Amino acid sequence: MNRSCNPRRRALALIAAAFVASAAIAPAAALPEPSPVTPALIEAARKEGKVVFYTAVDIEVAEKVGAAFRAKYPGIEIAVERSGSERLFQRVTQEYGSSIHNVDVINTSDAAHYLLWKRQGLLASYLPEEVAKHFGEHVDPDGHYATWRATLSPLAYNTKFIKPGEAPKSFADLLDPKWKGLMVKAHPGYSGTILTATAQISRELGWDYLRKLGAQRIMQVQSSTEPPKKLAVGERPIMADGNEYNLFILKEAGNPVELVYPAEGTPFIPSPAGVMAKAPHPNAARLLQSFLFSAETQQLLVDAGGLRSVHPAVKEPAARKPLKDIKLMRDDPAAVVDKVEEIKANYAKAFGT
Amino acid sequence: MSSGEALATPGAALARAGPSSRLDIAGAVLVACGLFLGLLVALPLAWLAFFALTDKDGAFTGANLARLVTDDSLAAPLRISLIVATSVGAISAAVAAPIAWFVARTDMPGRNLVRVLITASFVTPPFLGAIAWEILAAPNSGLLNHWYRWLHDLPPFVHLFDIYTVAGLIFVDSCYAFPFVFVLVANALDRMPADMEDASAILGARPWRTAWRITLPLALPAILAGMLVAFLRSLTLFGTPAILALPGNFHTITTKIWSLFQYPPNPGLAAAASIPLLLLTIVLLQVQNRVLGRRGYAVIAGKAGQARLLRLKHWRWPAFGLCFLVLCLPIGLPYFALLKAAITTTIAEPLSLQTLTLKHVRFVLFEFSPTRLAFQNTVVLAVATATTGTALALVVSYATARRLVAGHRLLNFLATAPIAVPGIVLGVGLFLAYTRGPVVLYGTLWILFLAYLTIELPAAYQQLQSAFRSIHPELEEAGRLFGAGRMRILRDILAPLLKSGVIAAWCFIFIGVMRELSAAVMLFTAQTKVISVVIYDLNESGDLGAISVLGIALLAVTFAIVYLAQRVGGAGIGRTARPA
Repeated sequence: MNRSCNPRRRALALIAAAFVASAAIAPAAALPEPSPVTPALIEAARKEGKVVFYTAVDIEVAEKVGAAFRAKYPGIEIAVERSGSERLFQRVTQEYGSSIHNVDVINTSDAAHYLLWKRQGLLASYLPEEVAKHFGEHVDPDGHYATWRATLSPLAYNTKFIKPGEAPKSFADLLDPKWKGLMVKAHPGYSGTILTATAQISRELGWDYLRKLGAQRIMQVQSSTEPPKKLAVGERPIMADGNEYNLFILKEAGNPVELVYPAEGTPFIPSPAGVMAKAPHPNAARLLQSFLFSAETQQLLVDAGGLRSVHPAVKEPAARKPLKDIKLMRDDPAAVVDKVEEIKANYAKAFGT
Repeated sequence: MSSGEALATPGAALARAGPSSRLDIAGAVLVACGLFLGLLVALPLAWLAFFALTDKDGAFTGANLARLVTDDSLAAPLRISLIVATSVGAISAAVAAPIAWFVARTDMPGRNLVRVLITASFVTPPFLGAIAWEILAAPNSGLLNHWYRWLHDLPPFVHLFDIYTVAGLIFVDSCYAFPFVFVLVANALDRMPADMEDASAILGARPWRTAWRITLPLALPAILAGMLVAFLRSLTLFGTPAILALPGNFHTITTKIWSLFQYPPNPGLAAAASIPLLLLTIVLLQVQNRVLGRRGYAVIAGKAGQARLLRLKHWRWPAFGLCFLVLCLPIGLPYFALLKAAITTTIAEPLSLQTLTLKHVRFVLFEFSPTRLAFQNTVVLAVATATTGTALALVVSYATARRLVAGHRLLNFLATAPIAVPGIVLGVGLFLAYTRGPVVLYGTLWILFLAYLTIELPAAYQQLQSAFRSIHPELEEAGRLFGAGRMRILRDILAPLLKSGVIAAWCFIFIGVMRELSAAVMLFTAQTKVISVVIYDLNESGDLGAISVLGIALLAVTFAIVYLAQRVGGAGIGRTARPA
């Protein structure tokens, strides 16, 4: 294990401990037996010939993961369905409501989904060997899901319009009247990431803060992948929320964007993945799940996707601020899961839609 | 598919039958079509009504309807939608009627080019236009605002246009709604005989006065019908407001309905929210029938004179210039913006050799996995729906125009009603109807086929009904007097006169399916994705380059097929073959 990874891992472990502790409503059971990728599994998956992956990760990253899987396991077709987290949730509800079992492996950015699905018995218990070895606390105690990727929802600004010294440094700074009409954010009704972030911000700073922010005439978009793109093209010079990973990708491609980790703490969004209990291709699903958590795929997510990984073997690019140096807000999906409607209603009051 | 095949449905049935059973078979075909239509339309509407009027436990409740009035988060979007739709109807008529007149009744140069450009704006999915107008007129990153600031040397964030406003929404909506008015008005003007205009000229009226006093009143029913279609299209449109309204922090009734299906879903309220739209449409269609029903507009009769073109003299080129400028708004500027987005790395960069890239083209064609399947699905669905829909509309419109069966009013209602149902709501109705026994269609292309058929039927039906109405029964009676059978009359008299209408109806449906988003977005699954949904998903994550490539490809494919269909039929959108 790389030394520089240790502190980062500890930081993540802390957050994850909180996350898992609150998620584990059932008495903590012993983790299920870890499953290695055996030639028999590959052979069985090849016989099924296909695997369907629903994911909320950015489309280009999703396609890269798909391409890597195809390259590693020729003969198994992978269908990658990219959509927003809340729309994926809606889709699974629709499909399962009419007994259509289309999806094999699912990944959304709303950890609360997994609590609901687990309650409903939609997820299979499957623990890839690599997850058992390296993911420590980032695993559901019954092995139904694990944190496939993580991202933050920081602030950001466009350096073409705003000098580093003048940029907002905290959530409180966003309330300055001079930023009125100059901010872009995504919508919790469409984005799981933003729903999670909104839950954390309202808990830490109160709804009063969000109501004041809503009075700042903010441009709203649907997906959390979109504010960084609106920022980069200069549609608005400040991003009030959105994905950290899109900012990394854009910044590293030479776009004039700069990240700000707000003083009050940055919302932390774990994004789990799990195998469906009624997966139409059960073996290919398990093979894909193992592939998703392998060191190479995790490294791909970090390098090409700008994401945070909890796999200790993954190396972070030097240009990115290490997670251990960032003050994070705690994720608490169990507290969010039954309050979704309330959060959305409060949000609609504050922001008009 | 040609007009011949579409005509074959009633024709073949008539031909196979012996003289005595002729009417019975024709009747059976009509009854079968009526039943199918009833099922097609009534089933989702019944589900809607059921959900609007019951609570979670299935007990009767008026609470959902009451909330439409009491809850301002529902009433406000309804108000905005009415404002938008009314404005779109008025603007579309004001823009389309003069252009249609120039194209159909004057010697303005470039009339064919204008028709082609209008077909192009007709073919453009409204949500694609909305995305293009985002690129052009977003307040800060919009190209037009860039140019404005650059020209006047202004600081950042000063802007001329803001597309994320109610006015912006009205503008973009109008851009892709006015072709509906144009098609109806141009058709009417094409068919209008010159007798009365000639009389006016002989009596000494100047050309402009003739246009104002004779041509305009004659075209008025078509203008009103067009306005109504534009109004209803705008009222039920989902894609454009979904793209433009959220960033502007407001909802229209369709985006509100859509948000009611997000988690946790509230289908009862969504169904209730669509009921005002349905009632309003029924009322408006009744009014239209009253207004149009009093007078006869059978303009193709036995003695039609060829229309003469008005000479514009030195106004010829200004008229063309005006049409061309107007058409830059739905076509010229948006496609420039899409093309630029398709071949530059990011849209903010200026167009130059350094920023030129094939990255997006490569991504869409080779890396992005849904592309091929989605194109295949879309084209298969569009061709199947257009063919079935035209055949169905032909039978039903023949029955209603000639009042062949007792229930022709009901048939007329059934074939027109779907226009009032927003696509997303219809999508939900179909979802509810076909995800539980006995017929499970969700997850197949069939459910999309039924949705498209229901949504697009009214356009084809109205097109064909007006074609039937414009053909005076005296032509058929003349045929009968000379001893021709029904079949012979169909083949030798009606078919040639209807051919252009049939082709136009087919193209209407085909284009409608290619650009449909709102029902598809509720009904697609991984294997049944269509291009519009792919574009919508890409827009959700802000991938403008890929959207542009897909959008341009969609336009090219649609245009090619519509062109082929018109070549086969020798007629086109907004262009009726004149009777010889």
